[in-house]
Amino acid sequence: MNFWQICLNILSTYGQSFLLGIRMTLLISLSGTLIGLLIGLMVGGFRAVTLDYTASTAAKILKKIFDIITKIYIDIFRGTPMMVQAVFLYFALLNVIHWDKLTAAIFVISINTGAYMAEIIRSGIQAVDKGQTEAARSLGMSNAQTMMEVVLPQAIINAFPSIGNEFIVNIKDSSVLMIISISDLMFQAKSIAGTTYHFEQTYFVTAMIYFVLTKTASVILNFIEKKMNNKTVSLPQSVTDPKNMTLANNGED
Amino acid sequence: MTDQNIVEIRNIHKRFGDLEVLKGVDFDVRQQEVICLIGKSGSGKSTLLRCINLLEKPDDGEIRVFGEDILHIRNVDAYRAKVGMCFQQFNLFNNMNVLKNCMISQERVLKRPASEAREKALYYLNKVGMSEFIHADSRNLSGGQKQRVAIARALCMDPKLMLFDEPTSALDPEMVGEVLNVMKQLAEEGLTMIIVTHEMNFAREVADRVVFMDQGVIEEQGSPEKIFLNPLSPRTAEFLARSIH
Repeated sequence: MNFWQICLNILSTYGQSFLLGIRMTLLISLSGTLIGLLIGLMVGGFRAVTLDYTASTAAKILKKIFDIITKIYIDIFRGTPMMVQAVFLYFALLNVIHWDKLTAAIFVISINTGAYMAEIIRSGIQAVDKGQTEAARSLGMSNAQTMMEVVLPQAIINAFPSIGNEFIVNIKDSSVLMIISISDLMFQAKSIAGTTYHFEQTYFVTAMIYFVLTKTASVILNFIEKKMNNKTVSLPQSVTDPKNMTLANNGED
Repeated sequence: MTDQNIVEIRNIHKRFGDLEVLKGVDFDVRQQEVICLIGKSGSGKSTLLRCINLLEKPDDGEIRVFGEDILHIRNVDAYRAKVGMCFQQFNLFNNMNVLKNCMISQERVLKRPASEAREKALYYLNKVGMSEFIHADSRNLSGGQKQRVAIARALCMDPKLMLFDEPTSALDPEMVGEVLNVMKQLAEEGLTMIIVTHEMNFAREVADRVVFMDQGVIEEQGSPEKIFLNPLSPRTAEFLARSIH
């Protein structure tokens, strides 16, 4: 049998195992991305808030503490490998909360993604024109209302490509969670390879499956992105330099 | 015009880093008065305006609006809701259509029910001639249309005082008129307005009082006739000579 025949053979014999693995991979990466997005919205949202002089001293102190804690969280989770985070947290907390591996895996990928999402959301918020905030505040909207109604909706649209990218990264990177024996695609691949001894072919098939998953996800995300942009397309407009305007208009009586 | 001052500013100072933008400004506005603030860029006009609705906090001095010491009030949001502001860059909410732009702050700040907010929004959008565009995405409008929506949005809050920060400076020449006409109408209806503008003809026509600012102080103020025809200060004369020709 040549290489391709073995690949097909593996795929047909172990199709069921691959499917289970795909299901687990998608479950972990999708829930990790969504929970991570929620964490990111909260952490990144609060981090981007700048309190003006109208805020109370207590609020300013709380904000400072929040900023320091979240900065540590973001730095640690972005600065260490998720594989290490998974093993450490799973075993460290096993005796405390006796959790199962799936919960641990989703927990780890969620807070890991959350750290990245927080920065994505924060920069998305900072990309929203300051005038939007000023207009909302001038109408009497509070800091929180301005954030929820005006800034965050625009920030999410700004950040959508990066948010989608996190999902694609998670499909691939969830493979490291097999370190705590999560039966995801990578875990299945390893056990199939161990049974058949066709390492090359098994991992080739596995790579192809990962590729199809990420490619499909990226096509879907691009489609959504296009739909969002269609709704918000701007017509071309000229921008006139205000300095020229005064001269052009004050001439005649 | 009544004699009651609704804005009283005493000796306010504002600095940005090393740059002192306001160097002790005293300034009063009576009810129903229309004031045009003129002057070179960097003279402190916009900063003065922004201090009035607390987008900037003065470093020193006192501002009383509606009899309240606004530099020491607790609820700044409630105060801002009573003061309308229009910006040079319009700042319509990009994530909402025209109608929603005019409704959101009524619903969230004044807690008006949606039906009432909608009715009010429609009334003012009609007034500024934008009722055909209520479902338009705010980004797809022309500059003049955006500014008219921004004016309607501010009016929906029933402000007792309106601040305009160079409302026509970012507009193409052919759109300036439509915005100024709306503002002229508001002036005739007796709304108290403070307008930072470079439109000297508009100032001459609409203002009850013209205030010329230079280098962080009010150099001269008075009726449009006085300022435009018989300015006392050489600086005023020089500025006007450069602006009107």
